Order: sequence, then C-alpha cells, then structure tokens
Amino acid sequence: MTPKAPRFNNCAVLSPQQLDQLLQVLIKRDYEVLGPTIREGAVVYDHVDSTKDLPAGWTDEQAGGKYRLKRREDDALFGFVVGPHSWKKYVFPPAMRLWQAHRSDGLFQIVPETRKATKFAFIGVRACELHALSIQDKVFLKGPYVDTVYKLHRENIFIVAVDCVQAGGTCFCASMNTGPKAAAGFDVALTEVLHEGRHHFIVRMGTKAGADLMSQVPHEEATAADVEFAENLVAEAAKHMGRSLDVNGIKEILYRNIEHVRWDQVADRCLSCSNCTMVCPTCFCSTVEDLTDLSGQQAERWRKWDSCFTTDFSYIHGSSVRSTPRSKYRQWMMHKLAYWIDQFGTSGCVGCGRCITWCPVGIDITEEARVIREGETLASAAG
Amino acid sequence: MAAVRKPKIAVWKFASCDGCQLSLLDCEDELLSIVGAVEIASFPEATRAVVKGPYDISLVEGSITTPHDEERIHTIRRSSKLLITIGACATSGGIQALRNFKNVADFIPMVYAKPEYIETLSKSTPINDHVFVDFQLRGCPINKLQLVEVLNAFLNRRKPVTPAHGVCMECKRRGTVCVMVANGTPCLGPVTLAGCGALCPAYDRGCYGCFGPKETPNTTSMSAGWTALGVTEPELVRAFRSFNAYAEAFRKESEAHER
Ligand code: SF4
Ligand code: SF4
Repeated sequence: MTPKAPRFNNCAVLSPQQLDQLLQVLIKRDYEVLGPTIREGAVVYDHVDSTKDLPAGWTDEQAGGKYRLKRREDDALFGFVVGPHSWKKYVFPPAMRLWQAHRSDGLFQIVPETRKATKFAFIGVRACELHALSIQDKVFLKGPYVDTVYKLHRENIFIVAVDCVQAGGTCFCASMNTGPKAAAGFDVALTEVLHEGRHHFIVRMGTKAGADLMSQVPHEEATAADVEFAENLVAEAAKHMGRSLDVNGIKEILYRNIEHVRWDQVADRCLSCSNCTMVCPTCFCSTVEDLTDLSGQQAERWRKWDSCFTTDFSYIHGSSVRSTPRSKYRQWMMHKLAYWIDQFGTSGCVGCGRCITWCPVGIDITEEARVIREGETLASAAG
Repeated sequence: MAAVRKPKIAVWKFASCDGCQLSLLDCEDELLSIVGAVEIASFPEATRAVVKGPYDISLVEGSITTPHDEERIHTIRRSSKLLITIGACATSGGIQALRNFKNVADFIPMVYAKPEYIETLSKSTPINDHVFVDFQLRGCPINKLQLVEVLNAFLNRRKPVTPAHGVCMECKRRGTVCVMVANGTPCLGPVTLAGCGALCPAYDRGCYGCFGPKETPNTTSMSAGWTALGVTEPELVRAFRSFNAYAEAFRKESEAHER
C-alpha cells in the first residue's frame, strides 16, 4: 500500500526563478541535489547546481529500442519523460564494497565499511518512479532482513516530484495505476504549466518537510482555476499513453500459460543482454564478488547489480537452473507481472516503459502480455 | 616450516602481435607484487633468461598456424601444471583466422617471394583445439586488470572473477547511455563478452566485439537489429569477422550473411 499524501495547505505557484530558489535552499540545507540533465544524447540523472542544468527546451521521442532527444518549441524544464537512468542507482548502487578483511596470524579480521549517511534531494521524480521507490522500499526495508545500505541512502531523501503533462511513446503508467499524477511519496510535487506566455509550476505539499521548505521560498498562492488547469493537463496526458497493458487477471493468465509458444518466439529475438533489468526501476537483483590481493592477505567483497538474464545468476551447484534465453525472459516477465504479486503484494511493473525503449531489439512487455492474453481469448472463443 | 617455493610462471608466444603479453608488462602498479609472488621462468618479451620446466602456470598467447607450433604446444602442455590462454588469438584463432575463410595457398605466392620456404597450416586455430586448456582469458587485447585477477585467483586458489555475461551490463552499471538505442549506432555489445569495462560505448562508439561471443549469444537477432539500422549484408560479414572471426558464434553469423 502506498502511503496517503497529507495535505498541509493550499497549492502554491512558483515561477522558474523561484523554483531555482527552491533548489538553492536545498543546497544550503546540505542536500546533494540530483536531477535530470542531458548527457550522451539522453536525459540522465546527475548533480544539478541550479535550474540551468535541467534540460530546458528538450523533449524525448521513445519507441521500442529507440530514444531520441528533440528540441521543444518552448522552454519547459521537465518536458520529457523518463530516460535510461532511474533513481535506484542512488539507493541501490550498481557496484559497492560490502566489507574488507585482512589476515593476521592465520586469522581473518573483517573490516566493516564505514558509510556516511547521505542527504539526497531528488528533483523531478515522476509518478511511476515514486511507485518504483515504494516497491523497492518493500523489498529492501519491509521484509525480515533490512538492507542497511538502502536504508542509509533512502532515509533522508527529499523528493520533488513532477507530474507528467505529456506521455512518452513507451509509457503505460495509466494502465498500471501508477501515474501520470504524483499521488504520494513526495515532499513537494510540481505541475509544470506553459500557457499563453506564462511559465510556472503549481506546487502541492506532501509532507511537513515539504511545507517547511516552501515557507523558505517566495511564492504565490494558487487560485482554484490554476489548480484545475494543471489537473486537466495531467488528465490529458493519461489519455495519450504510448502503450497500454491490460492487468485484469494478468497473474492467472500468465500462470496458465507457462508453456505458451510465445516464450519460444520472444526467445528468438531476446539477446539476453540484461538491459531491461538494468534500466528497470524496480529490479533489485545483485551478485557478490570476492576479491583478494596477490599476497592473499587482503580480501574484499563487492555487491554488483546482476540480472536474471545471466546464466550465473541461477547457478546452483553444478549447473544453471535457467540456462536458455526462453527460460530467462519468461522468468523476468513472469516475475514482473505475476510472481511479484504473490511475493510482495504488488505488481513489479510500474509502466515506465524503460525496458521497451532500452531493449536494443525493442522487445515490448505490453505486447508479449497482449499476445498471451489474446491467445486465451481466442482459445476460449473457439472452444 | 620450510620456505614456500614461489610458483613458476612461463609466458609462451604463438602467432600473435605480442600485445597480450605486453599487458603483463603494462601492469606497472601490480608488476612488482606479481614478480614478488612468482618466479618468472620464461618471458621472451621481458627477459632472455629461461628457467627449465616444469611450470606451475603457463600463459599462452597466439594461435596455431604452423606444423612446428602444432608440435610445440604439446611440449608446453606436458611441462605445465596449469595452462591459461590469453587473448583472441589463443582463444579463437585471432585476426589471422581470416585465412580460414579462404584458401591460404592462393595468397602465399602473393606475399612471399619464395613461397617454397613457407610452411603453414590451412587454418589458424585456437590453442584449445590442440591441447586441454585450464582457463581462457579473452580480449584483443586482454584487459590487464583481468590478467592480474586471473593470476591472483590461481595463486590464491580461488575462482577468478571474470564474468560470462555481455558488455551491456558494464555499460549500464557505469551509467553509459546505450549508443544503439540513443544514437542508432550499431553495437556488438549485446552479444560480446564483458571484460573491457565497456570502453567503446563510453567514447560514443559501438562495441567491436574484441572479447568475442558472450554466453548465449543471439547473433541472429543482433544482425536483425543492425539490419533495422541500415547495416548491409557485407557490412555484417565484416563486423562479425574481425579479431574473433573464428569463434563459433561469430563465424556462423558471418557465414550466414555471405552469399
Ligand atoms: S518492467 Fe519495464 S515498464 Fe515495468 S517498471 Fe520495469 S522497466 Fe518499467
Ligand atoms: S528483452 Fe531486450 S533488453 Fe531484455 S534481455 Fe532480451 S534483448 Fe535484452
């Protein structure tokens, strides 16, 4: 269950300059401010010092296996959707040392890592990403074992969410009930409005911390008309999703079709390259690697992002449980849309579309699910 | 306690450019500790001195291209406890395996003034076509850090950390934006073994496949992806036919596009 958003007062209006002041207050409060910025031909997440670092006037065009930046006709600061990075890289780092050990007098001494608590401010978190964070919270924090690293990075995050007022070519959050409006899990949420020569942000406060921050930033009160206009923009975006996925009974459908011929067909195209899992904001698998120095006196254990698409990932005494691309792809998609529901009480997919865009051959989870569903409908119509 | 004997390591060269064994010399920071940990018994690139076998570890660079080398590799195998092949030549036949797709007798007279002195095999083949190989370290050239890791692992009797997955995971872990998706640049990363640290995509180039095929390489789908980007059949042949041309998956894929 995602937490309910508390409401503190009415909505506020920020100009782009005032939004920059908001970032400056965060920086003054020792936050490491992270947000969307352009690098290597894509919108990625990295350090931002001011709104100047945001991708002003850029948008993205996305399709299966294809991503291109395009100039917009306006100076929107958040006029794109999600890119190849997700926020998980900050809370669940791609590679990190877990501990070190050294040998002395024939004994091993473990040296735990000393880690500093971080204070991240995430700027421009989308609705699907808020859901992804809450899913990873469940995985890393709410089970019998708490991931201490995740907890350390996650605890102090200040989240500035942004509603999507345009949907991407591979987006389907509307199907997954995860967007495009940021519903909960943020400190403040913005809707960017560019209308009749005006450019401003309608701000909703989600937490006390958010309200407190806003008290430090000059702003105006939003009128009911401002708010309604912004809400309409978001509602409009929901109607223009590039993809859709019918989730009705999806778990049962997939369970019934574990030997469907479609798994063979998708395996013909799948490269088992793992890109889909790496870019997915909810995928959480990792491996550990043990290293030593040449003398054998020092050892280190590292944790790295891993994927159900590697053969080593399912290696259990003597051989790999899932050695074929068919079994790997099936495991991934079944986990996202079916097993996850049994395991964590939620879908593992938030409809962000990254796995579709960043698959080098454009394999599309919504299409795969549709074909399997339609196969059932046809079969029952015939039978 | 008796003094522990240092493991004896020999480096051997067959048909190759020496680039891989030079990686060992290139390990400046680690070289002193390597030299401290082992006895370098034979290493033509570094010293003329040769210590007699048997050797604990033989590092073999290069492919088998002559009848003489075909014999020599057996002698080396017999005198080595562990035989580790390093580089694309030793593990797949190297760039010189391009001859395997043609008739070598046709071009000997074009290259050599006195072809009768040339004694060569019709194919350039990897070491493991001839003798049992304990471990293969791939790459053209190999990654020196991986070489240190392999030696380190064998000296410490543990499994080397050398992944079997593809280059894409290295790109994604370092946050590199996919050149194929974001720029339409043909890239062999999805079918190529990781190990270089995803160097080329980090410099905006597609992967050239220096480390050869990864585990479960779907080269057919890779080619379909490249074709969709406008790559022609002859270009596909050349892409798969480079340093690892004779590695099975790459060989079959290049042949599939040759009429
Ligand atoms: S499965 Fe694909 S669409 Fe769903 S959350 Fe992961 S990357 Fe996004
Ligand atoms: S579905 Fe696409 S991104 Fe995922 S492993 Fe297969 S080819 Fe790679």
